[in-house]
Amino acid sequence: MNILVCAKRVPMTGGTIVLTEDEQSIQTRHLGFTISPHEECGVEEAVRLIEANGGESVVLALGPSEAEEQLRDAMALGVDRAILLETADEVDGQATAAAIVAAIEAERAAGVEFDLIFFGNESADSGNYQVGIRVAHALGRPCVTGVKGITVQDGRARCEQETASGRDVYDVPLPAVITVKEGLNLPRYPSVPGRLRAKRKPLAASAPERRDAGVEKLRLRLPPGQGKQAEILGHGPEAAPAVVEVLRRAGLVT
Amino acid sequence: MTLVYVEHQDGRPDDASLQAIALVREITGGAPLHALLAGPGAEDAAAGLGAHGVATAHIAEHEALASHAPVALARCIGELIERLSPAAVAAAGSERGNEVLAHAAALGDLPLAANCVAAEAGDPLTVTRIRWGGSLLEDARLHGPVKLLTVAPHTVEAAEVGAGPATLERFTPSLADADLVVRVVETVEQSSEGGVNLADARFVVSCGRGAGSPEGFAPAEELAALLGGAVGCSRAVTIAGWRSHTDQVGQTGTKIAPEVYLACGISGATQHMAGCKGAKRIIAVNVDPEAPIIANADYAVIGDLHEVIPAITAELRKAGAG
Ligand SMILES: Cc1cc2nc3c(=O)[nH]c(=O)nc-3n(C[C@H](O)[C@H](O)[C@H](O)COP(=O)(O)OP(=O)(O)OC[C@H]3O[C@@H](n4cnc5c(N)ncnc54)[C@H](O)[C@@H]3O)c2cc1C
Ligand SMILES: Nc1ncnc2c1ncn2[C@@H]1O[C@H](COP(=O)(O)O)[C@@H](O)[C@H]1O
Repeated sequence: MNILVCAKRVPMTGGTIVLTEDEQSIQTRHLGFTISPHEECGVEEAVRLIEANGGESVVLALGPSEAEEQLRDAMALGVDRAILLETADEVDGQATAAAIVAAIEAERAAGVEFDLIFFGNESADSGNYQVGIRVAHALGRPCVTGVKGITVQDGRARCEQETASGRDVYDVPLPAVITVKEGLNLPRYPSVPGRLRAKRKPLAASAPERRDAGVEKLRLRLPPGQGKQAEILGHGPEAAPAVVEVLRRAGLVT
Repeated sequence: MTLVYVEHQDGRPDDASLQAIALVREITGGAPLHALLAGPGAEDAAAGLGAHGVATAHIAEHEALASHAPVALARCIGELIERLSPAAVAAAGSERGNEVLAHAAALGDLPLAANCVAAEAGDPLTVTRIRWGGSLLEDARLHGPVKLLTVAPHTVEAAEVGAGPATLERFTPSLADADLVVRVVETVEQSSEGGVNLADARFVVSCGRGAGSPEGFAPAEELAALLGGAVGCSRAVTIAGWRSHTDQVGQTGTKIAPEVYLACGISGATQHMAGCKGAKRIIAVNVDPEAPIIANADYAVIGDLHEVIPAITAELRKAGAG
């Protein structure tokens, strides 16, 4: 069985977000980078399924050359090889999907068919909620979204979604596309030997074809009402009566 | 004209869908606003849409639409796009609203802007949408023959505009077997464990890394029980394996909207705050007066959560609560 996971390099924004002067992106000079927790669970699930069934796992990122860091991280967890689609700027959902589809078709031309393709339910930064679904349609494959439980058996995937009142179950034939959510599993930490091995695993970089954006980003803005300063109720246990007073005013205690 | 896909339950339209209608009314101008509904109870749910400004409600009738089938629903949207040539198609920025519109966008190779909070009529269509779970806004322009958008829940107010009842039009979409491969085949009702649902709780007390261990949550459990509330946590806690991910508040966890959110030993990363924006009042308990959460809370207690939480519980008991 072969599995592809798509993961996007995003900044770890911490407690406050600062924008660049041109309002096109987040100021990242002092920030680390990561992938979304959803996608981390996709990586973990791929590694577990390959450990259980044999085959190959591949991780793909579209982004700047520095995204190699996130691809190596995924390989440190056990993914076998990586594909980097290099772009300088952020691209919209339609263009991202088109580039990923082209890469999957190139793999097919080279004899690699993916039985499963994992995406995050939504990317951490842009949250377009669409790339996985677009890729699925372009490939003519079923797509289940927001999945928190996967069982693969007899060429089918049973997928579970969490709902307000319980779980909804889907049962789709492979090959399939599945978009996943954090909570699907508890991802492992990379080991030192894993990190060393990841340095030598294959990474193929190429530049995707450009495509006009359907959703054209004009500028980023911080939402209003940020940076209010809390009223200090007190220090240590002595503050308890003041806290209870807030609870009382909120109607939680009579 | 414009078209809104309306989700509904027990014969009533979902609030988030009515909010989507309110935003789309802004860009519809004098042109008619149409709605699409499918599944059991669709007709009942359509009855009240006229008051929200919907001129025509299309009811998709097909036995396969009895359980959620996102591709089939996207086909219904596709048929109406063909027939009505709307300038824009919208839905709620709910899990399913986002899903169904993404399928419709994929089928028609159309642009989709997810989770908009504002829109301005025109071609291209100008929207403001949320990123990072609401920590950031993006102004964007949508280019294409039909513009697809979803509306972030609780950012626009639904409003009745005093129009007459909507005209109902039933239609049977033509669906192929391939459109029905992805559909809910089984629904498992979770046995209620007697606990309070995090998303609906009126009081939530969360602990972060500052709790120090799984046992560190015992005082929070006690306080939550006393007030009929729920216990949450930060991601630092779930990845340490101290609590299950179902307790995680945040961008990739649960979004909460309690009367009071007591956030203890949590630094206040933007991804955590994205999950508790809906809280009426936030009280932070932190040993560090410089922690970012202090700048995003309404009230703060500077101190050790292991001392402060039991003190609050004791004070409540003294006051006769619980
Ligand atoms: C894409 C993405 C999505 C994410 N999604 C989420 C999410 O959904 N939810 C989430 O929570 N995080 C999320 N995160 C992680 C987030 O960025 C933070 O890493 C996380 O919230 C930190 O958890 P914390 O505040 O418990 O830990 P820390 O940041 O380590 O903060 C611990 C705090 O506890 C205080 N403290 C220590 N001891 C005590 C004590 N005894 N008493 C009182 N205070 C004490 C410290 O002063 C500090 O402020 C996400 C990150 C990314 C990149
Ligand atoms: N630049 C990218 N590189 C790799 N994967 C991506 C990229 N953008 C989006 N994805 C994948 O598509 C999912 C959905 O993204 P989005 O449609 O932007 O919310 C993400 O969780 C990723 O798995």
